[in-house]
Amino acid sequence: MIKINNLHANIEGKEILKGLTLEVKPGEIHAIMGPNGAGKSTLASILAGREEYEVTEGSVDFDGLDLLEMDTEDRARAGLFLAFQYPVEIPGVSNINFLRTAMNEIREHKGMDPISAKEFMAMVKEKSALVELDPKLASRSVNEGFSGGEKKRNEIFQMAMLEPKLAILDETDSGLDIDALRIVANGVNTLKSDKNATIVITHYKRLLDYIIPDFVHVLYDGRIVKSGTKELAIELEEKGYDWIKAELV
Amino acid sequence: MSYTEHELAKDLENQEYKFGFVSNIESDQIPKGLNEDVIRIISAKKEEPQWMLDFRLNAFRVWSEMTEPDWAHVHYQKPNFQDIVYYSAPKQTKKYESWDDVDPEMKETMKKLGISMEEQKRLTGVAVDFVMDSVSVATSFKSKLKELGIIFCSFSEAVQEYPELVQKYMGTVVPTSDNFYAALNSAVFTDGSFCYIPKGVRCPMELSTYFRINEGGTGQFERTLVVADEGSYVSYLEGCTAPMRDENQLHAAVVELVSLDNAEIKYSTVQNWYPGDKNGKGGIFNFVTKRGICETNAKISWTQVETGSAVTWKYPSCILKGDHSIGEFYSVAVTNNYQQADTGTKMIHLGRNTKSTIISKGISAGKSSNSYRGLVQIHKGAHNARNFSQCDSLLMTDECGAHTFPYIECKNSSAKIEHEATTSKIGEDQIFYCKQRGISEEKAIGLIVNGYCKEVLNQLPMEFAVEAQKLLTISLEGSVG
Repeated sequence: MIKINNLHANIEGKEILKGLTLEVKPGEIHAIMGPNGAGKSTLASILAGREEYEVTEGSVDFDGLDLLEMDTEDRARAGLFLAFQYPVEIPGVSNINFLRTAMNEIREHKGMDPISAKEFMAMVKEKSALVELDPKLASRSVNEGFSGGEKKRNEIFQMAMLEPKLAILDETDSGLDIDALRIVANGVNTLKSDKNATIVITHYKRLLDYIIPDFVHVLYDGRIVKSGTKELAIELEEKGYDWIKAELV
Repeated sequence: MSYTEHELAKDLENQEYKFGFVSNIESDQIPKGLNEDVIRIISAKKEEPQWMLDFRLNAFRVWSEMTEPDWAHVHYQKPNFQDIVYYSAPKQTKKYESWDDVDPEMKETMKKLGISMEEQKRLTGVAVDFVMDSVSVATSFKSKLKELGIIFCSFSEAVQEYPELVQKYMGTVVPTSDNFYAALNSAVFTDGSFCYIPKGVRCPMELSTYFRINEGGTGQFERTLVVADEGSYVSYLEGCTAPMRDENQLHAAVVELVSLDNAEIKYSTVQNWYPGDKNGKGGIFNFVTKRGICETNAKISWTQVETGSAVTWKYPSCILKGDHSIGEFYSVAVTNNYQQADTGTKMIHLGRNTKSTIISKGISAGKSSNSYRGLVQIHKGAHNARNFSQCDSLLMTDECGAHTFPYIECKNSSAKIEHEATTSKIGEDQIFYCKQRGISEEKAIGLIVNGYCKEVLNQLPMEFAVEAQKLLTISLEGSVG
């Protein structure tokens, strides 16, 4: 699905990623954990195509495509989805109109006809139920006036609608209460199949109680310094990141 | 219904000003220049009655004494008024009796502009008056409207056929001496639209005038007069386009609205005059005076989407004379490249319990300058007057400018006036968010800008709203920096 090889990246001359390597196969859920400033969100931003970052070395292969050469929208159309840590508000643009535009762009890219209104609305109904998103929110402006939890659920709702191959959840658990966390996790788990994959970026083990990862990686100082299974997350929670730091010295 | 992405994609392929063509229609022109004789010629060509000629000559004398104002926040080379052709009409041997008589080239022009005059083929009810250069070419649905007592015709025809109405109302809202360009228009206007809705009649269809400049070297000076008699209602639309030329052409129109007791007029404009090229060469100078007067319990609502013209200078205004009358102004003004706009409104509260709402959305791109200028004036007798103003500016680049000049004059302590203003830059984050969902940058800008203007676009009749959405997207294509 995705092969990240020796990725180095700068922002404003400061090196954030220092040789990150990671491979995710279809059907897998990978969790990336790490302390503040380790480069977790930078990784998400670079994969999604934010232009502020400069990739100085390394490569990313996404399903046979050279991801780093692609425009942001083409990456999305090829099936890469980023659930934003801070979802953006777009006043005056209804969630539905936004999603329909996105969906039809992706369909057009695949040589498909635009989705019919009926089919689309049926899908909205089904998928919004999945994340227990109030159907009224679907017709409101994108994220405008949404609570923190609603914004995050809206991200997962969009993910459900767009059916990506690879979803990257950037700190989707931040700011969520337990109920919302359970709903979001339930959404992710339901959407899991052997054809798609998920990278869960998180600070805490909490989310991983609900979304069980196949692999857990510790990102520290721009590199993955430790990989393991979900037990690693438990160990991290107990010992804290200092344990990793101590181990590295 | 918002139009589909596919349609948008098609429009974007053709993103240059698409109404920039010139029709090869023979025209009847008089020589350049302006003096009393020219005015007499115009009047004679139109076979006008003496009172009309007198009105023009008086206006010309008033104009001759005036100097061109320069208080607007725009910079331009002042027109040489002796270098303009004041009358240019598509040549026609006779009055069109039916659609079949219309010059094929003219039909082609209308087709390119997307105007359908063939009544029997129209599905939606919009009656159109088509004004090209100095004259009205054709008006549709006239007879059907007549059954209801509604008069909808060219201004020239109204002068001939309904002189008492024209004489009663012309110049009552925008007096000849009002301003330099209104005086000029009063002297040399050549045509325009006239509309009268009788007492208690609700006009069943949208009335629309399409203004087109075709000839080079000409000015367009049209005049529109809409009178809604007591208890009546009308929704009126106007659209404007012009060919691409290196010269600056002058468009100085006057629009007068009269909304009598309990009447309502909704006036919508989609202005897309040629804005000049990327380097600011050419384009229309759009210097227009638009004003309406509301009697008791009457309402006037202006909606404008301004995307064209090199320089726009206009303030559709409401005089709220009658008690309980209502004035509204909804505006989207887009400027790109070197375009300049100084636009806004005046709400003059005279009557008691009068109410006005101003929603203005300015969008500046390129190196353009976009100003909102508005006046809210509460007179002594205007007890309990209310005003709400909201002026938002959206900047697309670092090189453009947005300015807000709100003036408030209040002489009655019971008035309640609210003013809100915001300035924002189009969010890189918003665009990135859209792109991450697979939406192209152009479409993302279209979505964001249309969302930003939604309150105004919602005021437009359906057909126009779709047109306006497209226009906004096309005008701003590739403009984020």
